[in-house]
Amino acid sequence: MFGKRLLPLAIATAVGIGLTLALVFFYAPNDADQGFVQKIFYVHVPMAIVALFGFMAAGIMAVKHLRTGDQRWDMRSYVAIHMSIILGVGVLVTGSIWARAAWGHWWVWDEPQLVSFLIVFLLYCVYYPLRFSIEDRERQARYSSVFAIVAGAFVPLNFIAVRLAETFTHPRVLGTTAGGMPGSMRFTFIVALISMTLLFITLMKLELTSKRASDQLKRLRRKLEAQAASA
Amino acid sequence: MIRSAGAILRKDLRLEVRTKESVPAMVLFVVVVYVLFHFGLDRDTLSGDLASGVLWVTLLLSAILGVNRLFAAEQLDGILLAPIDRTAVWLAKATALFIYLVAVQIVAIPAFALLLLGPGLDPGIVPILLLADIGLAATGALVAGLASETRARDLIVPLLLLPLLMPVLIAAARATTPLFDGPDGDLGRWLGLLGLYDLVFVLVSIAVFDYLLED
Amino acid sequence: MPALPLEEAGKYVAGAYGVFVVLILVYVAIIGAKVARIEQELETLNDLVDKRAT
Repeated sequence: MFGKRLLPLAIATAVGIGLTLALVFFYAPNDADQGFVQKIFYVHVPMAIVALFGFMAAGIMAVKHLRTGDQRWDMRSYVAIHMSIILGVGVLVTGSIWARAAWGHWWVWDEPQLVSFLIVFLLYCVYYPLRFSIEDRERQARYSSVFAIVAGAFVPLNFIAVRLAETFTHPRVLGTTAGGMPGSMRFTFIVALISMTLLFITLMKLELTSKRASDQLKRLRRKLEAQAASA
Repeated sequence: MIRSAGAILRKDLRLEVRTKESVPAMVLFVVVVYVLFHFGLDRDTLSGDLASGVLWVTLLLSAILGVNRLFAAEQLDGILLAPIDRTAVWLAKATALFIYLVAVQIVAIPAFALLLLGPGLDPGIVPILLLADIGLAATGALVAGLASETRARDLIVPLLLLPLLMPVLIAAARATTPLFDGPDGDLGRWLGLLGLYDLVFVLVSIAVFDYLLED
Repeated sequence: MPALPLEEAGKYVAGAYGVFVVLILVYVAIIGAKVARIEQELETLNDLVDKRAT
């Protein structure tokens, strides 16, 4: 039931990623300041943006779950957070590699986006222990949804706080965010962002299908066992 | 709603006065951490951003103790069996926590000045403390509710609370630094951030707390 | 800091894209393991039904 349209989505994702890689390495020019290293931008930043929107989307799905009581929304919210956490690992690692290549250190505290991302990531890691230490299914869904909403509201607030803390003490190091990008770079970036979004949706559907399949299987097994017991 | 919140609050405060479970423990904890910092940093006096950081990290950590105890009484006597509006419960718990925090700080701030602070105490710290306490109380009561049904409650509380309090730490520590002879900062900006944080978490808590706690 | 020379920068860029690819591969492997478990479970259920039919 979640598997519908999975194949066309997967194909679109594959084409998108192929196109992105081609654009990044054969079309987009080398950055004037950073040179070739700046290519990391096209994988790091889309991953971060998609992960953050995934976290916030999980909050909206959680609102839907609490409003309707439909457990499927809780499942979607859970899987959205799960996918965002996986991308989040990629964001932190690629960010660290970029920092090493561009500034000589594996971690820089004066990069507000990366620092806020770390805080958000640490918060969302607690989703798993919170969710899985509640046994009752309905209660588990309800508490997880409340967490998803609270954390979703926290994401923008945290970004404001970290940005306020950093801008005045340090000059901005990174010049390549949206504003000053030449057109060809921006185009490549937008294609990369779309591909990453497609990847996120595809993986989410895949995960949901697999979760759904094992749920159905569990129900089937229970039914068969009940029949065997009564026979 | 206000009336039932008032009733729970009165019950909690009476219990705290009788058993003295939260506030004295928090005060003791704060003083122990000051001593830890004295030896850990090997400094007799602190000033500027270091003093402000030590003070706020200590206060945040002590808040965990209060949050962990917040629903302890309910689990024993099961007051939540009564059909009380959940938002009223949140309001009562947040207010109780706010009062505990203020009570702790009445002792903890002079103790900090006495034990570790180089420059004298500036009364300008009071509005920062009050604004930060509102945020701490709102978030603390919300987190206590969120963690109330989990198996490892005392583990989940700090893990949830500390990242959520990061903006409070940033704003409060930056606002306090100039008062401890640090470089001048933009006080209005940090008080504004604290106010924004308080507003967001009060509203979010009111919106979601209905779905927490069991009958 | 001046821009790194191409060969030096290449390693970092390859590393970053490698991390992305590895992440996806590991994820696919985990999903694959889950599918294998579902398949195994189905097999035992099938056997159960067969046994009961006879």
